[in-house]
Amino acid sequence: MEAPLVLSTNMGHGAQMVIALLVGLGFGFVLERAGFGRADNITALFYGRDFRVMRVMFTAVVTGMVGVYGLDLVGVMPIGNIGLLPTYLGPAALGGALVGAGMVVGGYCPGTSLVATVSGKLDGLFYVAGLFLGTLAVTVSYDWLAGFVDSGAMGRVLLHEYLGVPSAVIVPLVAGFAVFSLWGAGRIEGLVRARLAGKEVSR
Amino acid sequence: MKPFWNPYVAGIALGLVLLASFVTTGKGLGASGAVKHVGAALLHRASPTWAEENANIGGYFTPGHSPLDSWIVFLVLGVAVGGFIGALTAGRLRRETVRGPRIGRDPRLVLALVGGVLGGVGAQIARGCTSGQAVTGGAQLALGSWVFMFAAFGAAYGLAYFVRRQWT
Repeated sequence: MEAPLVLSTNMGHGAQMVIALLVGLGFGFVLERAGFGRADNITALFYGRDFRVMRVMFTAVVTGMVGVYGLDLVGVMPIGNIGLLPTYLGPAALGGALVGAGMVVGGYCPGTSLVATVSGKLDGLFYVAGLFLGTLAVTVSYDWLAGFVDSGAMGRVLLHEYLGVPSAVIVPLVAGFAVFSLWGAGRIEGLVRARLAGKEVSR
Repeated sequence: MKPFWNPYVAGIALGLVLLASFVTTGKGLGASGAVKHVGAALLHRASPTWAEENANIGGYFTPGHSPLDSWIVFLVLGVAVGGFIGALTAGRLRRETVRGPRIGRDPRLVLALVGGVLGGVGAQIARGCTSGQAVTGGAQLALGSWVFMFAAFGAAYGLAYFVRRQWT
């Protein structure tokens, strides 16, 4: 039987919604256990004090990538069967920069702000309120923004297709990049923490 | 209070949740899309005609079908319940405003709101946020998602100096 199950079985709308709820349940629980329900845990990344966010994210991306491409390789879930995200170069860059700005200014991203809110964090709730306002702002001004949002459309481009190499080459390269980055991050973290400890002593 | 998980364990768990989502529904994770759907439903209550003619959300309204009855809304509902269970079972359920030692509560809440606006606008423009673009598309090796990821971290590091009083 080929995956995803929604294609190979007669899964109704209700069953899909139940699965979505269960996946979300796992997602929310893991985000909380990862420490992402607290803005200080997230933003420590940007001051070199704690690279927890990068460790969790890179490990998640590599785990997912190895799973997706592994299942593609053995034919259980051909990559074309899942909803591959289309690339819009300019919007991805500007939108990404804005989400990143929101992360260091607000302390969260959309998913983590929700986990913060349900853990009782007032700043999480204010971030969520901002999310609604920002989304509303885009909807209201969409006629004006649409030209940019739809610009740079490249279709479903995957990194290895873009570079013209097989997936069996790019997957280990990306995993290696993650390992190398996390090693470097660990070194920086060590230096920053040593400096902070030094300041503490001299006080 | 229970300690947080080892980040590599949490990362593997998150990756497996993502993979489970791909294998069952063929879709990844997400968060900002639910805000768009809920917002669309609210706007439709206020003014059905305006909402149905809007180019950003008009597609959500088909006769006899609510924009709330969608995959992303149920997923994010699950995130809220899962996050709550996580906080409850770890003893971390507490009313609090998370902030650094050099900022008051009110300025912190203003910055949280501003950050949310930035995140909301950004996620709309990029068609996804950290979960819907960076993690989901990152694992698919989608080019745009990797551009998104580098842009997000680049901007955050670039701005970190200016908001340092909030966090350090």
